[in-house]
Amino acid sequence: MNAEAKTGDAPVKISVRNLNFFYTGGHQALFDNCLDIRANRITAVIGPSGCGKSTHLRVYNRIYELYRGQRAEGEVLIDGRNILSPDVDVLELRRKVGMIFQKPTPFPMSVFDNIAYPMRLHFKLSRSEIADRVENALRGASLWDEVKDKLKKSGLALSGGQQQRLCIARAIAAEPEILLMDEPTSAVDPVATLKIEDLVLELREKFTVVIVTHNMQQASRISDYTAFFYKGEIIEYDTTDRIFTNPSHKKTEEYITGRFG
Amino acid sequence: MLQRLTLSPARTDRLFRYLAIGSALLIPAVLAAFLIQLGWGSAPAWREFGTGFIIGTDWDPVSNHYGALPAIVGTLLTTALALLLAIPPAFVTALYLVDAPAGIGEVLSQALDLLAAIPSVIYGMWGLFVLVPLMQDHVQPFLSETLGLGQVVFFGTDGNGFGMLTSSLILALMILPYMSAVMRNVFKMTPGMLRESAYGIGCTRWETARDIVMRYGIRGLLGGIFIGLGRALGETMAVLFVIGNVVELPGSLYASGTTIAATLANNFAEADGIMRAVLFALGLLLLLMSLGVQIFAQYYLKMSGAGRGEK
Repeated sequence: MNAEAKTGDAPVKISVRNLNFFYTGGHQALFDNCLDIRANRITAVIGPSGCGKSTHLRVYNRIYELYRGQRAEGEVLIDGRNILSPDVDVLELRRKVGMIFQKPTPFPMSVFDNIAYPMRLHFKLSRSEIADRVENALRGASLWDEVKDKLKKSGLALSGGQQQRLCIARAIAAEPEILLMDEPTSAVDPVATLKIEDLVLELREKFTVVIVTHNMQQASRISDYTAFFYKGEIIEYDTTDRIFTNPSHKKTEEYITGRFG
Repeated sequence: MLQRLTLSPARTDRLFRYLAIGSALLIPAVLAAFLIQLGWGSAPAWREFGTGFIIGTDWDPVSNHYGALPAIVGTLLTTALALLLAIPPAFVTALYLVDAPAGIGEVLSQALDLLAAIPSVIYGMWGLFVLVPLMQDHVQPFLSETLGLGQVVFFGTDGNGFGMLTSSLILALMILPYMSAVMRNVFKMTPGMLRESAYGIGCTRWETARDIVMRYGIRGLLGGIFIGLGRALGETMAVLFVIGNVVELPGSLYASGTTIAATLANNFAEADGIMRAVLFALGLLLLLMSLGVQIFAQYYLKMSGAGRGEK
C-alpha cells in the first residue's frame, strides 16, 4: 500500500459532470461519468480493457477532437471553467494539460530539442533561459544525470524507459498544471517502471496527476485516489486505501482481487 | 522416374537463391553496361573536343563543331524551375490528403495516382496546343507588363509561348503528382501516437506537420523530391513539344532553348560520324548528372541525419 498517500483536503482541480462520450457512428463509450479530481494528488483510473479509461482521460485535453465524429457531452470543469465549451482555446488547454502516452513518443530531434521544442512553442525565451529550463525539466524528470552528455544525440537513441522520462520532461517543459498519463509504463521494463513510479510520486508536488493503469499494484503503490471504471461507467471512486482494502461495490472487489479483467 | 524429376526442398531453396542473386547482380551489370557503352560511343567526341565540349556553346552541324553547354544549362534550368514550382503544392497536397475526410481523401488520392500515370507525350501535346497559346496570349504579357517583371534581369519581355518557363511548367505539372503521392505515403507512416503527442503539447496542425510529421518522414520526403528531380532531368517528350528546340544558351525565361534529352531525341535519327559520338557524350553527361543527384541525395541524408536526431 502507498505509505505516502495524501488524501487530506485539497481543492478540486478537475470536476467532471455527467460526461457522456460517443465514438464515430454514435457508439457510446462513457456513461454519465462524474468525478472530482483533487489538486496535487495522484488519481489512478483502473478497470478492465475497453472500459473507457483512456477515452475518459482523452477528454481532459480534447485530444479526441482530432478524429472526426467523436464527441463529448456534459461538463469538464478545470479550475471551474468548462473546457468542453467551444470558446476555450484548445492549444492553451493542451499546454496546461500535458499528456504521456502508452509508448514513448520522442520527437525526431535531439534530446535537447525535444525539451526545448514546447518552450519555443509557448514562451519567448532567450537561448540561455531555454538551456536552463531544459536542464530543470530533465532534472524534474530524473533524467539529467543520465543524458547530460547526450543532449545532442537523438531522443530515439535513449533506452525505452529513458525515452518515456524524456516525454515526461517534455510535458513538464510546457509548464502544465495537470499531467495525464495513459498507461505510461506499459511499454517499459520493470526497473524502468519503478523509476517512473518514483518520478510520478515526485511530480505530485507540482502537478495534478491522473494516471490510467491496468496494473493494480501500480495503482495501489502510487495513487492517492482511485476511480474504478466498468463498461464506461464509474463504479466507484474513493481514496486508494479504501478501494483496495474495503471497497463498497462488489464489482470493484471482484476486479481488484483479480476475479475478472 | 517421377522421383528423379521432383526437386528436394533444399535444392529448390538453393535454386531460388541463385535466381535471386543473379537478378540482383543484373542491377550493377546493367548500370556498368550503360556507362561502358556511353563511354565507348562518345570517345570520338571527347578526343575531338576534349573537356571543352562541356563548356562549349557552338552547335554547328555544317562545320561539325559541337558544345554541350546550352543543353546542360537548359536541362538544369528547367529542372530547377520545375522543382521550385512543384514542391510547395506537392507538399501541401500530401499533407491535406493524409488528414482529409475519408471520402474526399480517397477520391483525390486515386485521382493523384491516375495523374502520375499519364504518359508524358500527352502532357507534351497538351502543352503545345493549350499551354503555349495560353502563355503567349495571357501569362507572359501579364507577368512582364501587368506585374512589371519584364524589367527584371533574365525575365524577358517578348515571349512566343515556347521556351524555358513553359517547359518548366509542364515538367512541374508532370512531377507534381509523383512527388505528392510519395510524400503522402510517407506522411501516412507517421505513428498516430507521435502526432497526438505533438497536438498534446499544444501544436497546431501546421506546427505538427512542419516540425513532427515532416521531420519524421524527411527521408521519404527527400526521396519524393529526388524522384521528381530525376524524372524532370531526363524527361524528353513533354519538353520536346514546348521548349523551342534551339541549341542556344537561354537569354531569358521566355527564350527558346533545349535540354539534353530533347537534343538527343531531335538528332538521333540522322546522326552519324562525330554527331553520333556527340550525342553519346550528351547521354553520358545526363546519366552522370542523374547518378550525381542520387549519390548526393544519399550522402546528404547520411550527413544530415545527426542534425535531425537520427544518431
